Amino acid sequence: MQATTLILLLGLMAVTAFYLGRGRSLSLVGGHGHGLALHSLPGYYGYYVAIWVALPALGLFLLWVLLEPRIVVALVVNGLPEAYQSLPAGELNLLVNNIQNFAAGDVISVEVDRVLQDAAAQFNDYLANSRQILAVLALGLAGLAGSLAWRRIHPDLRARNRVERVIRWFLIAASSIAIFSTIGIVLSVLFEAIRFFQKVPVTEFMFGLNWSPQTAIRADQVGSSGSFGAVPLFAGTLLITAIAMVVAVPVGLMTAIYLAEYSSTRVRGIAKPLLEILAGIPTVVYGFFAALTVAPWVRRAGEAAGFEVASESALAAGLVMGIMIIPLVSSLSDDAINAVPSAMRDGALGLGSTRSETMTKVILPAALPGIVGGILLAVSRAIGETMIVVMAAGLAANLTANPFAAVTTVTVQIVTLLVGDQEFDSAKTLAAFALGLMLFVVTLFLNIIGLSVVRKYREQYD
Amino acid sequence: MVTSEGMSTVTEIPERRTELTGETVGNIRSDHPFMVAEDVNVYYGDNHAIQHVSLEIGKKEVIALIGPSGCGKSTFLRCLNRMNDTIETARVTGNITLDGKDIYRKEQDPVALRARVGMVFQKPNPFPKSIYDNVAYGPRIHGLAADRAELDNIVHSSLERAGLINEVKDRLDEPGTSLSGGQQQRLCIARTIAVNPEVILMDEPCSALDPLATARIEDLMDELCEDYAIVIVTHSMQQAARVSKRVAYFHLGLLVEVDETDKIFTNPRHKLTEDYITGRIG
Ligand SMILES: Nc1ncnc2c1ncn2[C@@H]1O[C@H](COP(=O)(O)OP(=O)(O)OP(=O)(O)O)[C@@H](O)[C@H]1O
Ligand SMILES: [Mg+2]
Repeated sequence: MQATTLILLLGLMAVTAFYLGRGRSLSLVGGHGHGLALHSLPGYYGYYVAIWVALPALGLFLLWVLLEPRIVVALVVNGLPEAYQSLPAGELNLLVNNIQNFAAGDVISVEVDRVLQDAAAQFNDYLANSRQILAVLALGLAGLAGSLAWRRIHPDLRARNRVERVIRWFLIAASSIAIFSTIGIVLSVLFEAIRFFQKVPVTEFMFGLNWSPQTAIRADQVGSSGSFGAVPLFAGTLLITAIAMVVAVPVGLMTAIYLAEYSSTRVRGIAKPLLEILAGIPTVVYGFFAALTVAPWVRRAGEAAGFEVASESALAAGLVMGIMIIPLVSSLSDDAINAVPSAMRDGALGLGSTRSETMTKVILPAALPGIVGGILLAVSRAIGETMIVVMAAGLAANLTANPFAAVTTVTVQIVTLLVGDQEFDSAKTLAAFALGLMLFVVTLFLNIIGLSVVRKYREQYD
Repeated sequence: MVTSEGMSTVTEIPERRTELTGETVGNIRSDHPFMVAEDVNVYYGDNHAIQHVSLEIGKKEVIALIGPSGCGKSTFLRCLNRMNDTIETARVTGNITLDGKDIYRKEQDPVALRARVGMVFQKPNPFPKSIYDNVAYGPRIHGLAADRAELDNIVHSSLERAGLINEVKDRLDEPGTSLSGGQQQRLCIARTIAVNPEVILMDEPCSALDPLATARIEDLMDELCEDYAIVIVTHSMQQAARVSKRVAYFHLGLLVEVDETDKIFTNPRHKLTEDYITGRIG
């Protein structure tokens, strides 16, 4: 039986179980109108039975699907002639792969002999049998557990509590997925970074001024020693982030002030969603906007003004990144400004302040912590941004503060280090993890500070 | 509708009025009129929140606005310093003069008006600044002080008149929000009188305060009315009786009755007024 059919059948059984369970609970107390005699609402008895039908069977299904391939492969290998079984592990693996592919009907690269054909037929056989057994077992389990649960229904059964407990576990499982994957990612980055620091000293990485991540393929190669000084990368990141903030903070802040204090409801109703659209543009689109439109323009403008401008410049990437961040700054500042109680505004107006006095002397100071928090979040966003800089900032690890020069950033280098075929234990690829770790630590701190500032400020007026 | 005759004469009605006709009973006139509202209407969109209200507010007197919740007291109060301008949907018609000049005329700058007609709000709303800066805010934006010494002077005298100076004179640098609710409200009053307004509007200034703090503010109003015209919105009959010289009773956007405080409380002429002050509505 197909897996989807099985799942559908189980679903159907669960739905039926719901109605049966609910019906039984009601009939136990004498039908509709006597629901108060039940501990829980009748629906909960339905859910209770449905959960017993679905959960154990689904658990069995998952377990089966996880274990099935190994068991089937082990069985097939066991069925192979002696000579094949004693092959070295690598060759045996290859053979098993070939058998699986052939069984699935794919074209394979080796000659198809009898043994392989037999084994593939065996494989398909086992698979079909296994599915049959699974279907019978799962449906049987569902029926059994369901009927047991159905018989346990009693007006005193605390069905609601049990159902809610199951729901709570579901929610916990769902939220732990995010938490555990975060922990997993952090740990893997951490361990790879530690391996990198075993090859390259931390001090060189943190304070070295030269970045050219080459490693030798042969020991006697010319220029075999790469250098892994990350300072130029962080400097480049900082430069681009600074340019982006110079664009985003004033524009975003003024947008927020206009929207929160000056615009009519109608303008606000149009402008807010437009800004949100700006926030929804994929960064890769910003990226080619930066590379194809803004970079040439910056180059021409710079040259007209007598500067020497690289075709990929920090300025172009920074400008576009700034535009990308405007909605973030403006919406967070807008929130901060709106969180200032209107009593404050009325108080200032009531004393005869003009709108701009009210804004600059009362509302902005009151909203400042929230605005600063928002800006910190925006900075951390800018530091972590990849696509725009990959496309527009260049790859040259120049240590410079000149916005017209090409610079590179931490994120760009991570991408270039890992793109293409790489050995995963060379210093070159491991360097990506070290960079990732640094980036993670920096943005984490910025986020923590930013969020705590924002939160503390929110509490102030509640 | 208030006719022009109806406004100028005391409406003598032998028997108590019961129906809500829109005609104001009692006496809308003041002995020393300073702010005069004539046939004022306020609309919030289609909601006719204040209907044909005419009322005189006198110099050196406290007038209390009372009435059930939602009857338009705050709305009327906000007309007097054009705070309604800040509400997008609000529209005001009619005529309001301050010292003989129309405050809704074109050349009138609402900002300048609000410096002359100050406002104290229901909830104390000190700015997130120091006590000193809270009081100095108004004088600073209006350029009332030539130098720091003069500013110090204004701040001190305002705090003194608001009855707060003894409690805060050693902590002028602390944030205004660090004060208790009653102190904050007196700080807001100090902030308002620091601008030296001619009229002070108070919208339920004591509703967030305990009886002791309320008593202090009531004393304060007694003193302040030596110099200012004070309009106070209150839900407390006792407060109205204690502090005001005249009382205006609003009902559903209409000004039902205005009169001397003791007349209103001993002998209300309109059934609705009587019902309200005896606790039968509101
Ligand atoms: N900003 C506003 N926008 C629209 N309608 C408003 C606004 N403010 C008040 N209103 C309406 O105007 C009417 C009068 O409200 P107002 O606040 O003046 O009443 P009030 O007498 O001060 O009541 P309370 O004693 O509860 O403060 C109410 O119907 C209210 O719904
Ligand atoms: Mg009110």
